[in-house]
Amino acid sequence: MQIASCLLQNHTIMTLQEIIQPANKVYGKTPLLTDTPMHYCPGCSHGVVHKLIAEVIEEMGIQDITIGIAPVGCAVFAYNYIDIDWQEAAHGRAPALATAVNRLLPDSCVFTYQGDGDLAAIGTAETIHACNRGENIAIFFINNGIYGMTGGQMAPTTIEGMVTSTSPEGRDVMLEGYPLKISNLLTILDGTCYVTRQAVHTPATVIRAKKAIRKAFENTLAKKGTSVVEFVSTCNSGWKMTPHQANQWMAEHMFKAYPLGDLKDQ
Amino acid sequence: MARNKGAVVVNIERCKGCHLCEEACPSDVLEMNQQTNAMGYHYSYMANVEACTGCASCAYVCPDACITVYRVKS
Amino acid sequence: MEEVKLMKGNEAIAEAAIRCGCDGYFGYPITPQSEVLETLMALEPWKKTGMVVLQAESETASINMVYGGAACGKRVMTSSSSPGISLMQEGLSYIAGAELPCVVVNVTRGGPGLGTIQPSQSDYFQTVKGGGHGDYKLITLAPASVQEMSDYLCLAFDLAFKYRNPVMVLSDGLIGQMMEKVQLPDYQLRLTNEQIREKYPWATLGKQGRTKQNIITSLELVSEEMEKVNNRLQQKYREVEANEVRYETFLCDDADYLLVAFGSTARICQKSVELLREEGIKVGLFRPITLYPYPASQILKYAKQVKGMLSVEMNAGQMVEDVRLAVNGLVPVEFYGRYGGMIPTPEEIVKAAKEKLMA
Repeated sequence: MQIASCLLQNHTIMTLQEIIQPANKVYGKTPLLTDTPMHYCPGCSHGVVHKLIAEVIEEMGIQDITIGIAPVGCAVFAYNYIDIDWQEAAHGRAPALATAVNRLLPDSCVFTYQGDGDLAAIGTAETIHACNRGENIAIFFINNGIYGMTGGQMAPTTIEGMVTSTSPEGRDVMLEGYPLKISNLLTILDGTCYVTRQAVHTPATVIRAKKAIRKAFENTLAKKGTSVVEFVSTCNSGWKMTPHQANQWMAEHMFKAYPLGDLKDQ
Repeated sequence: MARNKGAVVVNIERCKGCHLCEEACPSDVLEMNQQTNAMGYHYSYMANVEACTGCASCAYVCPDACITVYRVKS
Repeated sequence: MEEVKLMKGNEAIAEAAIRCGCDGYFGYPITPQSEVLETLMALEPWKKTGMVVLQAESETASINMVYGGAACGKRVMTSSSSPGISLMQEGLSYIAGAELPCVVVNVTRGGPGLGTIQPSQSDYFQTVKGGGHGDYKLITLAPASVQEMSDYLCLAFDLAFKYRNPVMVLSDGLIGQMMEKVQLPDYQLRLTNEQIREKYPWATLGKQGRTKQNIITSLELVSEEMEKVNNRLQQKYREVEANEVRYETFLCDDADYLLVAFGSTARICQKSVELLREEGIKVGLFRPITLYPYPASQILKYAKQVKGMLSVEMNAGQMVEDVRLAVNGLVPVEFYGRYGGMIPTPEEIVKAAKEKLMA
């Protein structure tokens, strides 16, 4: 790791060097995140969620028993970034793979990582039925209201009026239907024990989101059923905004359709 | 009252210059450097060194896990 | 201790699965194979061997559960019938691409579309010519009796793990529903997770005891690397073709004409051969057991001896193309088929053989 010390004023170097000591370290990259640079666009929410999942796995000491199921979409390469065993599923099928792993390796800790197209469009059936069976898995769901990987098309969760490459005039609900509040839907299934909606755009939401991830993993280990953590996220490239603008737009518009907080906690 | 004194170390080559750390910093410590890293990104650096409290807000929101935070009581 | 029982082909699949150390079955009801899942549920193998049995929400989910289980190095399988197998093609392509072992049983019914629930062999192309996307092959075994349903299921698992490749048991509604005497295999112990770790170091059981993570994927965006993946697959397929061809002959040594048929049609053709021989016409039966790898060179050998061949199938003419490719124009290769759930009688095959080969 390089230190940008060349840019510092002379009189502060000593001070900084005193501060930058292993004993004073309060936060750093978890070793569970590999050294492979993430391919995500600058400012992408995926990176934050990956980091939090890796941190929780490390803190809970479950690296050896955790198996991740990667989706199709931007997070298809999630397996390159978190140092655990992974399976890469077909589009939307991650909950089916996770079901088998959970049944065949009941002492493992299985999670899926899925985007809105993967979880709430092509994989709706797999998602609902895995949740309805109460599979002891955690589902981490990135909802940025757009298909990022394929270049910004309309997603099932695209909010009303939102412009995408396949809804260039904004989503017209009379034409394209309503934004799918899939997490709300999952709360009514008896198999889910925990459904929560989080965000990772501010330090405070990051801390809350991390707690939610931890709870989902704890539920999985306690065999309480399916835990779903939705992350209302940005896709600044797809939304054609800067990362900061995207965060602001999300807070202003996305949170109205997808309010943050626990939807179910049993 | 004892005040935390902090510092951050940015892994320059992993930084994508997204500005999110800059926005998250309550003390206006961070800015994007005029220079670019090997990927061509303007990377984050401590422009206002004295102001850092080591609160780690920047590191929490960093999507690329490229910020290490240090803190001492002063 | 060997047990002989009277049962349906579908029931034999279920019994054999439990006995050959299967770890998991994931399936969805469809006629004419629902007895596989029903029998497994009735036998409750989870109490005896620990085998998992789960009714999935669709064939799509079933095959992807198989994907997840196979990725853990487990002996997993599913079964379905034609429309359901169509839904599984995506998963099969991924499983073949990720080089995972698994067994899929197709108790074929007549199509296209919803078609009929009666027997058919019209999924031959889908099975041996691709079905899903990309260059991949399914090792394909075609049983012709209830006994072979049991035998080939166990063989299918062995081949699947030997080559890290999906294996299809391509049967049909006739064998699935037919009752015959079966000698079931002895119980084989399921592997423990520790044994799987040792035998299949690629399995995603959790990193435990490994410094390197295991990743099961069929994705490779760098074309040069993806070509290498394909080269490796092709090399494996050549190996399969060199080592795993299986077939059976019936009265072929002195034959002037050959019937070529697989699965239940081969059973019917055996009777046709006997009827023709009673009339003094020297006809033999060549029965491919592996449809991939196809016994092409063995068929070619007979092309140098006989005057013509008749491919008999319960479809509109699918395997006949492979017979023609094998014979390469040496002798005429004709086709006789019934389809839409119709089963040819030995007599109509005799008539067709005379008309098409001996006229």
